[in-house]
Amino acid sequence: MQTYDLEADGLRGMNSILQAQSGETNQTSWEIVNPKGSHAIAVGLDAPIEVTVKGSTGYYCAGMNQQATVHVVGSVGPGVAENMMSGTVIIDGDASQYAGATGHGGLLVIKGNASSRCGISMKGIDIVVHGNIGHMSAFMAQAGNLVVCGDAGDALGDSLYEARLFVRGSVKSLGADCVEKEMRHEHLEILADLLERAGADAKPEEFKRYGSARQLYNFDVDNAAAY
Amino acid sequence: MCGIVGLFLKDQSLAPELGNMLTDMLITMTDRGPDSAGIAIYGDGAQGKTKITLQSPNAESDFANLAEDLGKSLGATVTQNDISTHTVLEIPAGQFEAARDALAEIRPDVRIMSRGDTLEIYKEVGLPKDVAERFNLSGMTGTHGIGHTRMATESAVTTMGAHPFNTGSDQCLVHNGSLSNHNSLRRKLRREGVVIQTENDTEVGAAYLTWKMMNGASLGEALESSLDDLDGFFTFVVGTKDGFGVVRDPIACKPAVMAETDQYVAFGSEYRALVNLPGIEDARVWEPEPATVYFWTHNDSTTPSQKAA
Repeated sequence: MQTYDLEADGLRGMNSILQAQSGETNQTSWEIVNPKGSHAIAVGLDAPIEVTVKGSTGYYCAGMNQQATVHVVGSVGPGVAENMMSGTVIIDGDASQYAGATGHGGLLVIKGNASSRCGISMKGIDIVVHGNIGHMSAFMAQAGNLVVCGDAGDALGDSLYEARLFVRGSVKSLGADCVEKEMRHEHLEILADLLERAGADAKPEEFKRYGSARQLYNFDVDNAAAY
Repeated sequence: MCGIVGLFLKDQSLAPELGNMLTDMLITMTDRGPDSAGIAIYGDGAQGKTKITLQSPNAESDFANLAEDLGKSLGATVTQNDISTHTVLEIPAGQFEAARDALAEIRPDVRIMSRGDTLEIYKEVGLPKDVAERFNLSGMTGTHGIGHTRMATESAVTTMGAHPFNTGSDQCLVHNGSLSNHNSLRRKLRREGVVIQTENDTEVGAAYLTWKMMNGASLGEALESSLDDLDGFFTFVVGTKDGFGVVRDPIACKPAVMAETDQYVAFGSEYRALVNLPGIEDARVWEPEPATVYFWTHNDSTTPSQKAA
């Protein structure tokens, strides 16, 4: 276990050390202490390492993550795991605006609540929120899965493309072109897998599925394989 | 982008530390607003007196014999306490309008930063740490206070464009965001007799709340109706003599974090601003909901913590 004191040794040093780790590194386990709400902690990682942040962070924690597992023992500010490509990001507390925005892959787990615009423009990332999410979540979401064990705020899935949205609690309102859809066997399987990987104590059968009505964009069933 | 900090003490044993804590929070928010900074602080007030905080670009000449000259005009005893470019006058209660008129005659260059029983506002152009040092903000004491670091978007970088804004006795407001209907609303409020000193959008927001409260609304009700009548982006933090409120517009893209313990309620644009507060590790920390009014008061007739919406 390598320990890095962010307050004492600075942000740039931490990110350059973590970004320098390769797939062959023996330093696979890192602990960041004294984050004190700093921005851009553990961004741009590209190695199968585990980073634990002991405290709450500011903007853009774990952005652009590839391969790494980043675990925040606290809450995170806006834009956590923004544009994540792969790997896992776990937040023990709450997440502010646009968690997982534009993410292409990987798994983002938020054990508390996420605020507005969670999963905005997501492009393949899987997001599991144990609590509630705020308004305008999954706006223009293109691919991936957003799982919400609590409630969703206003305008869920507005202008949605092909992302799947699963909500266990209430949805305050659906956005334009977002509709409730039939929960089929394959969806229950996806959901069961995500809930298990996210450590969420919920049953797939308790969720409803929402998706795009495909009235707002030029969806053609003949091209379905391309989506 | 701008930075907001606010601290409302529930435990008055922290009062001597208020300036110190707020200054630390303010300087942490320098990245969000390096243009100018300001602080509103609710401290001591003397019975039967009104405090006026003034600023002058020519402080030395304008403040010389000011209390004496104003006292003569008002036919009353006036005291003054100069702090850098600002001075705090104490005049008999009920004489604010007369004092404002007299000041326009005898010291035409001074600007009124605030008025009230306990409120003082200090604000200047410059880095927050320089502004804090200039006024020795860390040495100030009080029951609650609000600070702002400004990155101007809507009007010029001037002392008068800095926050907080005071548009009614003991009222203050700071803002992160931009209002888009401030011109029409300013005209309307001026017709209603509300004094608005600048072309700044935030002052219109403050004047709007003052106007609502002049017409009988509580602070909570005024904040509630601001959600209907103000167009634009805003996270507002407001202060009154014994209250502290927060509201965000329905889109809520301007950041906000709050923390509450048995000792205080704190507001920060970012969690960074709160990390050095005592007991923050065990505080209840949350993001205020969009279009929801939060309000705390020292007045015992209401509950100490209430969500007015």
